[in-house]
Amino acid sequence: MDGTGFASRTEEQAHSRPPRGPVLAAAALSWAAFAALVRFWPDLDDSVAYGNLLALASLAIALPPAAGFLFAWRLPALRRLGPWLVALPIGLGVWELATAKLMWLPRPFFAPPQALLEVYIEDWPKLLDSLVHSLELLGCGYALGAASGFVTGVAIGWSRAVGYWVHPVIRLIGPLPPVAWLPLMFFVMPSSWAAAVCLIALASSFPVAILTWSGVSSVDRSYYDIARTLGANQRFLVLKVAIPAALPHVFVGLFMGLSSSFIVLIVAEMMGVKSGLGWYLQWSQGWGAYANMYAALLVMALVFSGLITLLFRLRGRFLAWQKGLVEW
Amino acid sequence: MVMALDIAHVSHRLDLAGSPLPVLNDVSLTVAPGDFIALLGPSGCGKSTLLRLVAGLDRPSAGRILADDAEITGPDPHRVVVFQDPTLFPWRTVAQNIALGPEARGEKAGRREAVAKVVKLVGLTGFEDALPHQLSGGMAQRVALARALINSPRLLILDEPFSKLDSLTRLSMQGELLGLWREAGFTTLLVTHDVEEALVLATKIVVLSARPAQILTVIDNDRPYPRHRDDSKLVALRQRILTLLGITGVAAK
Repeated sequence: MDGTGFASRTEEQAHSRPPRGPVLAAAALSWAAFAALVRFWPDLDDSVAYGNLLALASLAIALPPAAGFLFAWRLPALRRLGPWLVALPIGLGVWELATAKLMWLPRPFFAPPQALLEVYIEDWPKLLDSLVHSLELLGCGYALGAASGFVTGVAIGWSRAVGYWVHPVIRLIGPLPPVAWLPLMFFVMPSSWAAAVCLIALASSFPVAILTWSGVSSVDRSYYDIARTLGANQRFLVLKVAIPAALPHVFVGLFMGLSSSFIVLIVAEMMGVKSGLGWYLQWSQGWGAYANMYAALLVMALVFSGLITLLFRLRGRFLAWQKGLVEW
Repeated sequence: MVMALDIAHVSHRLDLAGSPLPVLNDVSLTVAPGDFIALLGPSGCGKSTLLRLVAGLDRPSAGRILADDAEITGPDPHRVVVFQDPTLFPWRTVAQNIALGPEARGEKAGRREAVAKVVKLVGLTGFEDALPHQLSGGMAQRVALARALINSPRLLILDEPFSKLDSLTRLSMQGELLGLWREAGFTTLLVTHDVEEALVLATKIVVLSARPAQILTVIDNDRPYPRHRDDSKLVALRQRILTLLGITGVAAK
């Protein structure tokens, strides 16, 4: 293909990019329609408050895309979100119809969107308190587990003696689901909080240790040869050769450890710890407060997803030298 | 005269799956300071093993190797190796890779200047902050060379350093290596299976037999530099070496 052909093709591509104006208009309209649905279609039973507030909030959300459309704003974020801004109120509308308006879904077990809004407005202190406690527990346990797993992995990978003694132990105990320790831990530890920290640490340290070990032992031997001929000592070989080379594996372990620490956190909070999101879930289910349960689930999803994002960012920073990193 | 390298009756066995495999058989060789030695032999004959012994990465099963009259007991930054693969550390930039030796020895003073100097020497100016995966094969091997040269080695050990490069890059890098050697005056030990490369570069060509390697002959090559590949003396030497290698029943490249 000659130069001019190429130029005209890119120009064509630039022109054929889908115009986002109509998408923004559609977004504004569907949020407004959702607001109208909530406000003017009567609920089947009249027990759910906050319908008006939900309608108002939806109208407020309709404003930025409407303004974006009317004044032809060039906000990249708004444009990127455009299609989602259309789909979201449609999904919410179906949810609203299925619960409050038509009651296709049985009442106490399925809550309409405004019920979740009610929970966030009226029960936020308890929810926030639970969140803080969960994060505290998770932070302590995961930090402890990641650090000890990393050190163990490096030690097994580096020292034959450590490998000889620790490897069989890990091999025997590692495959045990961390939750299986729960009864023992609550019995042995001074408090249920300490027990939960230990369990989370245990759950996250196993994958981190295994992956770090595999990373350290799969380091190309010629890296060591190079460093040794240049005068490196053991310390340099571990810190500046083995660990950086093993880091991609370490991060896989950190991801696996993080997801299993989520599991243990929630189970531990449901079983013994008297606070946290897991406890909140259990508590609201016990009182038949299903809206609170959904509200807590949503918070949990957002927070855990945020933590995974954080770990991806961290990896992106540490492994910037690697080709073909997955974006999250 | 103190020899840059004195290899005395060295034999070596590799332990392969429990059974010893003899790779070097009574190899003796002396190298004067400033020599450019080419170790030439069929692939798999044990050249690289000999080189690892000289680098101090492994100890010989029998015999002794002295460098500057001291027995080699381990690696030493005065004897640096450039391997067939550049083996750059992928998480370090070009400049950080080159600075590996001084950093490993904890030398801080003048590191930046030293890096700048060798970067210029091997023609990598402008690529200091590039990552290894962004480099071509020839550039990566240049970085490996710079990483060796920054340590001001007395003995530069090269293990088929150009064998994986395309032929044009190989020719130009052979010329650059020659220039560096003539300027800096270090002793060079080049392992190769390329007869032409040995003839164009080396002052002494050591021809090795198939495994277990024995020295078949040592050929002095005192043709003046720059050498031409079609120099009649070199063509005659080439014929002699090929015949030597042919006698051992292995086709030379």
